[in-house]
Amino acid sequence: MTVIIDIGMNHMSAPVELRECFANDAGKMGIALGYMRESELIKEGLFISTCNRVEALFTTDYPEEARKTVISMFSTMGGVSEDSFISNLYIFEDMEAVSHIFRVASSLDSMVLGEPQILGQIKDAYHRASATEKTTGVILNRLMHRAFHAAKRVKTETGISESAVSVSYAAVELAKKIFYGLEGKQVLLIGAGEMAELAARHLIGQGVESLFVANRSFDKAMQVADLFHGKAILFEEIGHYLIGTDIVITSTGSKEYIITHDLVRKSLRERRNRPLFFIDIAVPRDVEPSVNNLENIYVYDIDDLMTIVEENSAQRKDEAIKAERIIQEESIRFEKWLKTLEVVPTIVALKERTEALRKAEMERSLSVLGQLTESQLQAVEALTVSLADKIINDPILILKSKAGRAGRDIFLDVARRLFNLDMENQKRS
Amino acid sequence: MANMFFTIALFLVLLSTSGFIVYIIKQQKKIFLLSFMTLSACFIFHTLFLVNQYYTLGVAPVISLKSSLSFFAWCITGAYLCFHVRFRLMVLGSFVTPIAAALMIISSTIQGLEPTVNPILKTPWFTAHVVTIFIGNGIFAISFTAAVMYLIQEGQIKRKTLGSFYKRLPSLETLDSINHHSIMYGFPFLTIGIIAGAIYAQNALGSYWRWDPKEVWTLITWLAYAMLLHERLAVGWRGRRAALMSILCFLILIFTFLGGSIWLSDYHSFRNLGLGAGL
Repeated sequence: MTVIIDIGMNHMSAPVELRECFANDAGKMGIALGYMRESELIKEGLFISTCNRVEALFTTDYPEEARKTVISMFSTMGGVSEDSFISNLYIFEDMEAVSHIFRVASSLDSMVLGEPQILGQIKDAYHRASATEKTTGVILNRLMHRAFHAAKRVKTETGISESAVSVSYAAVELAKKIFYGLEGKQVLLIGAGEMAELAARHLIGQGVESLFVANRSFDKAMQVADLFHGKAILFEEIGHYLIGTDIVITSTGSKEYIITHDLVRKSLRERRNRPLFFIDIAVPRDVEPSVNNLENIYVYDIDDLMTIVEENSAQRKDEAIKAERIIQEESIRFEKWLKTLEVVPTIVALKERTEALRKAEMERSLSVLGQLTESQLQAVEALTVSLADKIINDPILILKSKAGRAGRDIFLDVARRLFNLDMENQKRS
Repeated sequence: MANMFFTIALFLVLLSTSGFIVYIIKQQKKIFLLSFMTLSACFIFHTLFLVNQYYTLGVAPVISLKSSLSFFAWCITGAYLCFHVRFRLMVLGSFVTPIAAALMIISSTIQGLEPTVNPILKTPWFTAHVVTIFIGNGIFAISFTAAVMYLIQEGQIKRKTLGSFYKRLPSLETLDSINHHSIMYGFPFLTIGIIAGAIYAQNALGSYWRWDPKEVWTLITWLAYAMLLHERLAVGWRGRRAALMSILCFLILIFTFLGGSIWLSDYHSFRNLGLGAGL
């Protein structure tokens, strides 16, 4: 009996120090796939490794032994002893493994629920395994295609990947609702900090054209500006640069407001009322709240952004329930297919047996029949083929219909005996 | 035959409106495409109806409240279809088609046959006058719609309550741009319409301008739009203020259209147009 097994660890089961050891790099993936291909115990294999997870998915006829080899493969690959990570591993078998891999592909198992990258990473891993290393076969090919299908359904039928769930991403979404597109827009980054830089990076990813950086220390401003191919400006120049700017990200440690109501109001006329979007990540705030009351000026501080993120996260959790139902449906469908697979060998054997018998009988009879014309020969051939097919047609249909049922094994056994598929009585006859 | 075209157009505009409403809720592109195609078909049947009317009457079919409302609806639909080619803003249809549908329904409930046409109206200047004015009106209806959408979206972003419209409406810049363009395109039509009217009046009645109440209100409408356009182009008005102003302008326009044609007017009123008595 072939078993599907998934062994892995993710952001919940293992700390980052451990996950790093198996981190996403193409060389390690090649080693892992090569190892699985060479192993006699493993029939088909797939290896997924991203910054948040490592998964080895494989099929085997010897679950116990195969499990051990894969764990020892993890150990050699990561250069860590088995004891140090064995408690961080999860092991799923058969249908549990199937629904686990469906959930992973649909981003239901991700740190950020519904994030879109994981599907691409899994597709890459599958491509590597199926096309380059050729370690996948009938079961895993089908399993992975069903996983992609499930992921697509989750994406289109639920709202799980619709809304922003990080502060910087929420800010970018807002910017896109204020401006038509971000191409050619000008961004001013005041102060520094991880979140501010992340937001800037997101904005640049959306096609923002020019970036200016202001900081109390000009040195630091230069550093950050170099990071984004932007331009450093002096703190005193902020008022002037406000005129050409569309989006301002502030995150200084200042106790007073950096952007005051007066400062912005003065720039309005020269800006010709073009919209201006302030993303204020600083605590205490850098932008005076009343700036939001100015026409065509929008100010979002960290609390506003957090509120959006929280609402979106709650929404995603609701959608996740819908997604789980889809995963269940798809798992059940796959299970059905998997069960038909178990009657396949018997059906194939049945067909081969009748064909062998038919050929043998044909040969024997032809010598008795004497000289036949071409068309007569064809007629006899067709007669025997259709006779053989008709005889095994009903048994095959019955076997197929029993594929997922309880009495399946009895039927398989009876069929094997009745048609002598295992050639046990060869000698006796 | 003509009535059949109108009935089909009415049916299609209702179908398309319901489609667009389902679209804004469900957000599925397939539904939009179906609604859009239905609306295009509606526009074709409506055009056939109008062409038929034109040949029967010998004059643009805009001489009674019934026919003007239907012509207004046609202009709005046409303007929307043109704007779609330019801006590809799918959700705009969900706001525009209900207006067109409402005008069509009102038009269909008004009883009565088309009045006999005063021969004095059967000149190209009259047709040019009403057709250009109504095309302008249709385009201004788009600017009004975009302004309403702008105010909804701006209100949500400004107050930081991102409701269900937040996702469905486009960016503020897009809506402002539609508002801006529709006023820029609509204004020349209104201007040409007024000039054509004046020339017609000179030919038919012997004076360019008679200070009839509708003329006065039309002038006020024109001035309001001229001011908005000036502020936009020269001073740099945009966003909320421009949206509010364009809504005000459109309300003046509607008042001019209804008030001037029904209650106030002297020779512009439909009653007089129909019977030709006031002329």
